[in-house]
Amino acid sequence: MMDDMGAIFREEVRDLLESLERGLLDLKARPGDMGLINQVFRDLHTVKGSGAMFGFTELAAFIHEFETVFDRIRSGDLAAGPDILRLALAAKDEIPGLVEGLPDPEGQRAAILQGLRAIMGGEAVAEGQGAGADEAPVAVGEGPSRLWFRLTGAALAMGARPEIVLDELRGLGATQVVADLSDLPPLDRLDVEACAVGWAMEMPAGVTTAQLEEVFLFVDAEWRLEPAVQAAAPVAVSAVAAATGPATGAAAPAAPAGAAAPAARADQNGTTLRVPAERLDALMDSVGELVIVEARLTELARQSRDPALMATAEQITRLAGGLRDATMTMRMVPMRSLVGRFRRLVMDLSDKLGKPVNFSVIGEETELDKTVIEKLADPLVHILRNSIDHGMETPEERAATEKPREGLIELSAVHAGAEVLIRLSDDGRGIDAAKVRAKAVAKGLIAADAVLSDAQTFALIFEPGFSTSEQVTELSGRGVGMDVVRRTIDSLRGSIEIDSKPGRGTTVTLRLPLTLAIIEGLLIEVAGERYTLPMASVQEIVELPPEKAVAEGAAEFLDIRGRFVPFLRLRRLFDCAGEPGAAQNVVIVQSGEVRVGIVVDRIVGTNQTVIKQMSKLHADVRAVSGATILGDGSVALILDVAHLVGMGRASGEAGAQMREMAA
Amino acid sequence: MSMSKLKSEQTLTVVTLTLGRQTLAIPTRFLREILDPLPVTRVPGAGSQVPGVVNVRGSVVPLADLGQALAIPDVGQDDRRRFLVLDVEVAGEAATVAVAADAVHEVTTIDTQTIEPVPAAAIAWPPEFLSGLYRGTEGFVLLPDLGQIFSNLANRPQAVPL
Repeated sequence: MMDDMGAIFREEVRDLLESLERGLLDLKARPGDMGLINQVFRDLHTVKGSGAMFGFTELAAFIHEFETVFDRIRSGDLAAGPDILRLALAAKDEIPGLVEGLPDPEGQRAAILQGLRAIMGGEAVAEGQGAGADEAPVAVGEGPSRLWFRLTGAALAMGARPEIVLDELRGLGATQVVADLSDLPPLDRLDVEACAVGWAMEMPAGVTTAQLEEVFLFVDAEWRLEPAVQAAAPVAVSAVAAATGPATGAAAPAAPAGAAAPAARADQNGTTLRVPAERLDALMDSVGELVIVEARLTELARQSRDPALMATAEQITRLAGGLRDATMTMRMVPMRSLVGRFRRLVMDLSDKLGKPVNFSVIGEETELDKTVIEKLADPLVHILRNSIDHGMETPEERAATEKPREGLIELSAVHAGAEVLIRLSDDGRGIDAAKVRAKAVAKGLIAADAVLSDAQTFALIFEPGFSTSEQVTELSGRGVGMDVVRRTIDSLRGSIEIDSKPGRGTTVTLRLPLTLAIIEGLLIEVAGERYTLPMASVQEIVELPPEKAVAEGAAEFLDIRGRFVPFLRLRRLFDCAGEPGAAQNVVIVQSGEVRVGIVVDRIVGTNQTVIKQMSKLHADVRAVSGATILGDGSVALILDVAHLVGMGRASGEAGAQMREMAA
Repeated sequence: MSMSKLKSEQTLTVVTLTLGRQTLAIPTRFLREILDPLPVTRVPGAGSQVPGVVNVRGSVVPLADLGQALAIPDVGQDDRRRFLVLDVEVAGEAATVAVAADAVHEVTTIDTQTIEPVPAAAIAWPPEFLSGLYRGTEGFVLLPDLGQIFSNLANRPQAVPL
């Protein structure tokens, strides 16, 4: 049980730390932003409060000082200068260690606290006085009784929330809840850590002291229960309708500790559920199996021609489809979860290298399958690192080329059909194609007389052992990394493109599939063999004009509404025996901006395609991105559209290469 | 699998099978199951050593032709043909691979002392793909080095631009 709670707390801390880091980094850009300062303060406060609640006292004590600084910033006593932010980020980095109970051999934490104290002018940090609960058990009479309570001492600081206590009391039947503001100090003497408000309420008959003791078990509070004689009205009365922290009304624009946190908590309690990732994976596996069996059932039902069976199969299809969609949606995670660490990385690197960089993110809400997101972090870090280390010029160099001193790096993520495009572009010096080429020749990656387009040249960067930087820096340039990037993207069935203009900057585009599990597929047949094309990449299907039925030697094009689209004959590409039938179809597929036609014998139909990875023994077959099991139990290969389109484009550009490839 | 590793145990339990006219033995610890031939889906451009994939109980498994790797001439198939599903290591990762056999004979335990290295003069078989051989009742039985064969297949350079 406690382990469960600990795990929940760790999860919560992780989220809060992400938010905290984002807040601190944003503060660096907008130091005076009250909203940000409040957000940071709230995050700190919540970590501290939850920490104390779960027994992480060392953590709570550590954050307390950290938080005090932000309280001062909030009240305008201090400015959120770069020193404070640096210390704050360093302090934030210590929190996971504190949560895990790791020792601090180098005295890092003490040094951070020392630094924070120094900034605050060595003032002693005011602590809320912890007072023990002061209970006076009262015998409960037969009739309704009146309960009065107040949170005491450091209860608020330790994470107690009056609204939760009130909710619990309401659960016991509390009515006519009124706030007791008699002890409220004037605004200038208000201690945000202390709860100055008390509450009084009617409790129904039968509520026992033991029940109330349970409510107040984990809260420092004083309370008393007495028989209701008459409505002993407290001084000032304000209904506690909205569950806000007690100080909210008083300390106006600066939303205090409790205010935002309860919303988050309520969200967690009410509408959001944390589920371990393995359970989602297990669910996805089961759904995958179900979809395959469902296809088999549909096939059998169709053969049986039994209307009842067919109707049932149809229902199963519908349900399985719904289940599949719901499962996939559950696995979608916004890019935002990645972006936090990138911001930090950019800041650290730009500080270290003395290259000021403005990092902007577009499409943080774009969602991807969690597996994709997890695997994407490292490649993006590598690219980002390279971009700042190699791509960005120093401010002096930039000034000399009439660029703004501050570099610009933009990360964007957008959906495009069944793909997500992630672009990382900078306005740095760009990649020197000639240099890349020279290096590749020197390393023996290409022949000295190889003819390469710019895109092909840039792609050499992803070859293992390639590194263009003349000096190896601490950060990048060891020649590892970029080939890992491509391997990872390949393993995600994605592709990577580099575009670069000398002096203007570099854009790296990652194309990734939305999901790795199940896709809608178009089943086609060529010479008796069946293949699946991802439906999302299919643009349209046209008949192959009879005059094109026989292959000509040169590059072949179709006229699709006035646009020339190159096409590939799968029969030829896959070396199929026999002659095609009279009517062939062309499936027009698109990848990126390019459309290519694929000539097939027959369109079988659409199906749910549960993607199975090809084994390593088939890793060299680029035209196939995976396999799926059809309703009759046979295996159909999933064609890699990006690769086919690449081939089609090559054939469109270079003409007669097709014959060689098919040979 | 090296000779010394083979000989580290007293005995070795193998399943024997025929490919063409050659008898092979595969250690049973690799063997998951033996199946009647399954419908094979050809993988275009994959080459003759791993020509296709099969559906083994809901998993898509590559089908390898050991005869090709070991240069054993094909003499045609009949109804004794079987697929052996093996759990092996391919380039450092656990993988399931199916191999075709023209006939499967028996599971037998052999004394590892009887295993001999492949004679250097035996040019009929690629020695790097064999762990060793032993004398069976009807001539030599080859012990293919599955790890070598499959890892070599996984790392082969791209043969065709497919």
